[in-house]
Amino acid sequence: MASAPCLSGRPALMKHPGQGRGRTAMERLKHPPSLGTVLARADGPAKVTGAEKYAADHYGPGVLWAGVKRAGTPHARLKALDTGRAADLDGVEAVLTHAQVRGTNRQGVIRKDQPVLVDDKVRHCGDAVALVVARDRQVLAAALERIELELEPLEPVLDPTRALEPDAPLVHEDNPTGNLLLAGELVRGRGREALADCPLVVELDLELARQEHAYLETEAGWAILTPAGALEIVASTQTPFRDRAEVAEALGLKPELVRVIAPYLGGGFGGKDGITVQSLLGLAALACPGRPVKMWWSREESFLAGPKRHPARLHYRLGADRDGRLLALEADLAYDTGPYDHLGGVVMTLGLEHAGGPYHIEHTSLRARAVYTNNPVSGAFRGFGVPQAAAAMEQVMDLLARRLGREPLELRRRNLARPGRRVASGARPECSQGLDECLQRLAGHRFWRGRQAWKARAGPFKRRGVGVAAVMHGLGYGPVVPDVANAKIELTVRGGIRVYSGVADMGQGNASTCLQIAGQVLNQGLEDMELVLPDTERTLPSGSASASRTTFTYGQALIAAAGQLRRRILERAADLLFADSAGELSLLPGRVRHPASGRELPLARLAGLMQDSERVAVGRHRAPVSRERPTDDETLRLHGLPHAVFSFAAQLAAVELDELTGQVELKGFVTVCDCGRLLNRQLAEQQVQGAVAQGLGYALWEDLAVADGRVLTPDLSTYLLPTSLDVPEMDSLWVQTHEPSGPFGLKGVGEVGIDGPLPAVANAVADACGLGPRRFPLTPERVLAGLGRPGEPGGKP
Amino acid sequence: MKLHFTLNGRPVEVEVPSDRRVVDLLREELGLTGTKEGCGQGECGACTILVDGVSRLSCLMLAAQLEGRSLVTIEGLAAGGDLHPVQEAFVEEGAVQCGFCTPGMILAAVDLLGRDPRPGRGDIRQGLSGNLCRCSGYQKVVDAVERAAQGPLPEEKP
Repeated sequence: MASAPCLSGRPALMKHPGQGRGRTAMERLKHPPSLGTVLARADGPAKVTGAEKYAADHYGPGVLWAGVKRAGTPHARLKALDTGRAADLDGVEAVLTHAQVRGTNRQGVIRKDQPVLVDDKVRHCGDAVALVVARDRQVLAAALERIELELEPLEPVLDPTRALEPDAPLVHEDNPTGNLLLAGELVRGRGREALADCPLVVELDLELARQEHAYLETEAGWAILTPAGALEIVASTQTPFRDRAEVAEALGLKPELVRVIAPYLGGGFGGKDGITVQSLLGLAALACPGRPVKMWWSREESFLAGPKRHPARLHYRLGADRDGRLLALEADLAYDTGPYDHLGGVVMTLGLEHAGGPYHIEHTSLRARAVYTNNPVSGAFRGFGVPQAAAAMEQVMDLLARRLGREPLELRRRNLARPGRRVASGARPECSQGLDECLQRLAGHRFWRGRQAWKARAGPFKRRGVGVAAVMHGLGYGPVVPDVANAKIELTVRGGIRVYSGVADMGQGNASTCLQIAGQVLNQGLEDMELVLPDTERTLPSGSASASRTTFTYGQALIAAAGQLRRRILERAADLLFADSAGELSLLPGRVRHPASGRELPLARLAGLMQDSERVAVGRHRAPVSRERPTDDETLRLHGLPHAVFSFAAQLAAVELDELTGQVELKGFVTVCDCGRLLNRQLAEQQVQGAVAQGLGYALWEDLAVADGRVLTPDLSTYLLPTSLDVPEMDSLWVQTHEPSGPFGLKGVGEVGIDGPLPAVANAVADACGLGPRRFPLTPERVLAGLGRPGEPGGKP
Repeated sequence: MKLHFTLNGRPVEVEVPSDRRVVDLLREELGLTGTKEGCGQGECGACTILVDGVSRLSCLMLAAQLEGRSLVTIEGLAAGGDLHPVQEAFVEEGAVQCGFCTPGMILAAVDLLGRDPRPGRGDIRQGLSGNLCRCSGYQKVVDAVERAAQGPLPEEKP
């Protein structure tokens, strides 16, 4: 990858400013953390030594294995189940069907439409029909083979367009809107009619693939029914508190009898935002009291049954005047949500809100719908509907730029909604807005400035291109569902600080950030602090690890809790040190000091003099909501529209494509991001780089192919994930605005980086060869087919 | 069958079916859950271990193949409690996120540095291309291996 001096080699800003000042990132853990530094993650040492115990890592004497019989057919009526031959097998402890489920047997967040075990109909190949608990995995596999299903096949619903025709079979007979899960529309000004008056109109149709999360740790956990009658579930989950309520309702238990514990996850990305193994484990444990029961999905099972990023079809028409001012936009987004809601309505609504991107457009007709099919379940996946919308909007912007002969970056800057103005959704963001500066920084980047010379140096049979995208991403749950976190912090009897984190850490490092925030407020070194990971019995409800809201919301609650503990420590110390007031004291690592007298009180001593109830402080934060009303559709508002606070990014891809093979090679990628103030630059970089890599996979390789409802790419040898050879060196730059509603000025950074890679790559490919790819990922076949098409505008010279 | 091999520097003797997968033997019988399983097909690299100093996929090995060999798992890399330079570099450079690919990735890097003590970034990318990571985009992993390579050379392969 060293063929071009200006684009090769290590990006200039790779080195962290915090480095090279004597202390290593790990040594810095010993001292009270400062903000914006590079701080080694607290979970690093346990993870690099293999000591960290994930939900998949529990074994031990007497552990039983649970597994699921899956339907294997996309749409059918369940007539009968024969479990006798399985139950007879030596070593089988229980064979369970819907008949043993004592609760509603329904799971879901908004619309509870997914059964724990199928009771009436099979709605996709991965549906769970029966559950077996066995002595070991061999017996389990044999027993699952012996279960016989009597299924009456039904015509499957496979195409989201066909699904809405009047004679289409229904996925859910009881849904009042048939196969339509949810639809929404945002209209401003004269809507699509204004396109007729636009001097220029560009049009785009896109088809985007289904993307698999492919976390390295597949869905896993274990559970036990204690002698006291409590059901304890340890699971790889992003949503322990919501799981508790869902499991209790589905299985007919009192929520207070269900405890959910979320260790560090081996990846989540949205795929563990909701129930995977939890209810099944609960049901299995109820059937085998006192015995630990383990479940760990195979990779194939994870691909088959876990949620995916929604495949989508999009139609866009964008109108502008000859000066490049956007006038009107019509957008239509269709999401294939699969057989169950699984947050699909919320995903669609976020896509709708972001359909027109960060631009000011006077006249808009934005429509989106999520449609039930018998394809695999679509649900939450980092980006949550926005990568699809940005794929279309950012490519149609480039089409317009090409038509006008203008620079793509300049066209974007010219049409950005300035602070205080409405973006295309019709709502005004109520947050810090650094996107214009992001675009300016990108315009000054050597990849952009040097692009013409670099492109001209392409070798024989190679073509090079550079493309950009500008994106925004809303944080949190929107105006109706309370986005709340409750933090808890304790001065331990030994004088240390214990932080109770209520939000799961799926790898983002928010648990470390909790320590950093508490250490900052309490001026304690991280070595003297400890962490309690989410546990419905020990930590307080703090919402999901999702929606770029984890640290944004929990961080504020923790600042409040830590501040309260700080005051209490200083007030009690003032009494004991005979100081006139707490204000005379300094809180130092491990001790309180009265500078005027030189007297000191170790925290361990102070803690010993405090009652248990005094040593614990709690804090609560509810994220602010938008006051804007771009729609009065209360259903859309419930599903999260609009958001108040957004992160922003400008992204650039440099590609080289091979005319002979159609292969697209990534030569460089730049992200300039406004996610507010950085607390720990290293963690922010991790988020952006990881998001970009997933976005590049989405653009070029990843396609969970499905035919007749069946997965054609069932494993990692057929579903192509980016490897270390595929992802280029990435440059991450920051525009650090201060967001008043975020902890220390921070905004969420978990998702914004994944919105732009697909359109940036597509625009780069179009820049290289004039090709207007319409189906993604951009496989070599598709690129070659496009290259071969004569007469394509701007095509082969 | 009765098996004898060296595990993280110590001789072990276990009674185990000869067709037991090594990843299961390590995780279930021997309690070494630092060796992860991500696919069971040799595609992801999460179950990487060192066998006689060379990286191997424990999901594709059967117990009988271990007779007389010397194994190092991630638990055996930090000699005497000090992190191995590669482990330290992973923590320092932020190469760890969810951490599930990390043990395998680190052992693959140790193997690489054993063969090529001063690899360039392209060599590192090549050397780690059999280990999938879904969190990092690989950049900080490459940074970490580069850092480890620039530090004092790790001793002879463990």
